[in-house]
Amino acid sequence: MSSKDNSISIDPASEQMLESAASQELELAWDRYQAMLPQCGYGQLGLCCKICVMGPCRIDPFGQGPQKGICGATADIIAARNLARMIAGGAAAHSDHGRDVAHTLLTAASDPNCDYKVIDEKKIRALAEEFGIATEGKSKEELAKAVAEMSFAEFGQQHGELKFAQRAPDDQKKRWREHRVMPRGIDREIVEIMHRTHMGVDNDPKNIILQGIRAALADGWGGSMIATELSDVLFGRPNPLKSMVNLGVMKADEVNILVHGHEPTLSEMLVAASQDPEMIKLAESKGAKGITLAGICCTANEILMRHGIAIAGNFLQQELALSTGAVDAMIVDVQCVMPALGELAKCFHTKLISTSPKAKFPFAEHIEFDESKALDIAKQIIITAIENFPKRKGKNVCIPDIRENMVAGFTAESVFEFLGGRYRPSYRPLNEGIITGRLRGAAAIVGCNNPKIKHDYGHVTMTKELLANDVLVVTTGCTAIADAKAGLLDPGEALQYCGKGLQEICRAVGIPPVLHLGSCVDISRILVVLCNVVSQGGLGASIADLPAAGAAPEWMSEKAVAIGFYVVASGVYTVLGQPLPVQGAEGLTKFLCQDIEDIFGGKFAFESDPVEAAHMMLDHIDRKRSELKLAPVLYPVPYAPKEVAEAAVAV
Amino acid sequence: MKGSIYVELSKCLSCHSCELACALEHSESKELAKAIYEDPAPVARVRVEAVEGAAIPLQCRHCEDAPCVTICPCEAIEKLGPEQAVIIHEDKCIGCKFCIAVCPFGVVSLRSDGKVALKCDLCLGRTEEGLEPACVSACPSGALRFLSAEELSKQKRQAAAKREYQAAQSGKEQAKEEQT
Ligand code: SF4
Ligand code: SF4
Ligand code: SF4
Repeated sequence: MSSKDNSISIDPASEQMLESAASQELELAWDRYQAMLPQCGYGQLGLCCKICVMGPCRIDPFGQGPQKGICGATADIIAARNLARMIAGGAAAHSDHGRDVAHTLLTAASDPNCDYKVIDEKKIRALAEEFGIATEGKSKEELAKAVAEMSFAEFGQQHGELKFAQRAPDDQKKRWREHRVMPRGIDREIVEIMHRTHMGVDNDPKNIILQGIRAALADGWGGSMIATELSDVLFGRPNPLKSMVNLGVMKADEVNILVHGHEPTLSEMLVAASQDPEMIKLAESKGAKGITLAGICCTANEILMRHGIAIAGNFLQQELALSTGAVDAMIVDVQCVMPALGELAKCFHTKLISTSPKAKFPFAEHIEFDESKALDIAKQIIITAIENFPKRKGKNVCIPDIRENMVAGFTAESVFEFLGGRYRPSYRPLNEGIITGRLRGAAAIVGCNNPKIKHDYGHVTMTKELLANDVLVVTTGCTAIADAKAGLLDPGEALQYCGKGLQEICRAVGIPPVLHLGSCVDISRILVVLCNVVSQGGLGASIADLPAAGAAPEWMSEKAVAIGFYVVASGVYTVLGQPLPVQGAEGLTKFLCQDIEDIFGGKFAFESDPVEAAHMMLDHIDRKRSELKLAPVLYPVPYAPKEVAEAAVAV
Repeated sequence: MKGSIYVELSKCLSCHSCELACALEHSESKELAKAIYEDPAPVARVRVEAVEGAAIPLQCRHCEDAPCVTICPCEAIEKLGPEQAVIIHEDKCIGCKFCIAVCPFGVVSLRSDGKVALKCDLCLGRTEEGLEPACVSACPSGALRFLSAEELSKQKRQAAAKREYQAAQSGKEQAKEEQT
């Protein structure tokens, strides 16, 4: 990637659409970003406060102007309060998604006429046992009802500890209890952030952040984990499967329906409705060859994981997908849906359909989704799309002829089956691989897209750099989609990027080197994997001991902030491609990038160059390997461990 | 690029972005997150002053007959040419503060170590490359503009001409209405 290169995306399909959009003078996020430059420095540094209307206040980072808000809040206090509120936003989004899934499970379990069913009996039994429910002689519906009710209770619980948080290794739980961040109830922790950051309440930056962490943990080990686990019960646990990705999955001669957003409840029903023979017949009667359903963002990942439905693109491709002119309807629910879509859709025959009572958009048609009439509404939406298809006739349509193969559908359980091979179901091969030095370690790369960095460049470059250095990569969300488009989820293609040790492990165990674990709430699966690796043994007593690291090279949302915090507080070293908005607050920055490690074992680092960031992760992995006194890495790697490099220089 | 900075007061929202951009432009690293921890701290040469609720951004006017140039005892301040910057040569400045005393706008200040005088240099490095001064390009509401005196008077003439034209038009119409 030369520095002179001024392309906007590394993805050829996106580049093609960017050109086409420019020639049609369509306005996209990148144009709006350019128009926004230079962005406000106070905002970037986290130095403005408008929590009360004595303000707005801002701190002069160069020291000439005010150093305190009107109330006396310093840079550290202001930045900490704002950051905690970002965590609250992110944790609320994930957790409200979890609550919706619990609600759907309850409906499915109580109403025999409900279109949703309790699918995964094995999982509901396991969860019921974990929750201490007597399972003997009980039907899966009875158990599901009990588990759904108990999950609801996790949101409103006022004291005690969250159930899923008990899954964490003892060492981590000890740290949480000691520093009073063990989450009590999901909603409570979010409310308490809002209280503490009100004018004149908590004014100790560290204490504010600790409450942020408590809410973040309530997300990762609460709301998100509930979303993942109960979705598995309702829609089935994913298993490895093949599919396709990129804008080229849309077809010129079929009805193209894109689903965009996050929750699986609606998209699951759209999958069913779009495959209904009656619907296909209707499509044919309108002159289409069939119906293509594909997804954008995490709702795409949900139906990919369980049904192999193709993915059209990640976050920054939502507008590009519409710019093809080939979309008959885009159906959106919640989160990461740009308010710009409606106006863009108006340039084409495309219908933008909003479905959630929580999320309405300019120029969208609203067809409200209701779980109790799920299939009927899904059909109504599909019919709307089909009836819109003839309006595309004679219009300029440009679908890039670019798509990639991929394998997805891994979970903490299916990795488990895979890693052990059929007769040895355990995490042993993974741990052994790390212990012997065939694998240097493992990394999780997750997150969004952000026009501040070349589209997909951060994700793909970092992934390749880690693979080359014998690091097994797990991924979710828009990173997974970026990697898939670059061929990194195609086991045949991906192996060429791997170091020798990683190649050996992948061949022996039969896994691809990049494991797609699902949507962003499914980062909870990564937490479970980490717990399993610890309990398998040989790699220390806590997540913080593992030769592992996390990264979000292209993050942009509050949800990513919440994730960053629950991951760091769970003991993971995490490199963010964009800094948290705290850099104008010296004490707070030091706390997050340094001191927090003594408390929780994980910490943040900020680095926008994905290769440099990968090297920082490798340094961390090497440090952990040497603390565990593990054998040196088995094979030479391009970014050699530091001591070895120094020794080589000495010779 | 020759020119001066003109302010449209009604457009200034007092966000102080110009101050930040100016300090950043005069830092070592030119990277915000690093610049704020530099020693000596970079100094903004434009300040937004508050007067009875209004925000007035002020920086050096680069006067054509500049009192600071006249008074400086060591020829440390130089006028580069008509409609060009007045700059302070820091190596010659002895920190006597006479320039601060005589500046009618109060836009000369001292470096954070107090040793030399500082003021707007019209972002010479940027304007030589054809860029606008940092404060001008940072202002989100377009309150700051960089243009030559001729461009400014042309724009003002255009606006005045338009006003007169409109007045004449409406005068004619009025006359017509009165006739009928
Ligand atoms: S809370 Fe304090 S810093 Fe924030 S706006 Fe009010 S007075 Fe200013
Ligand atoms: S022109 Fe340059 S030096 Fe002068 S006030 Fe603006 S940013 Fe500062
Ligand atoms: S950047 Fe523009 S609007 Fe903001 S304070 Fe300066 S002159 Fe005013």
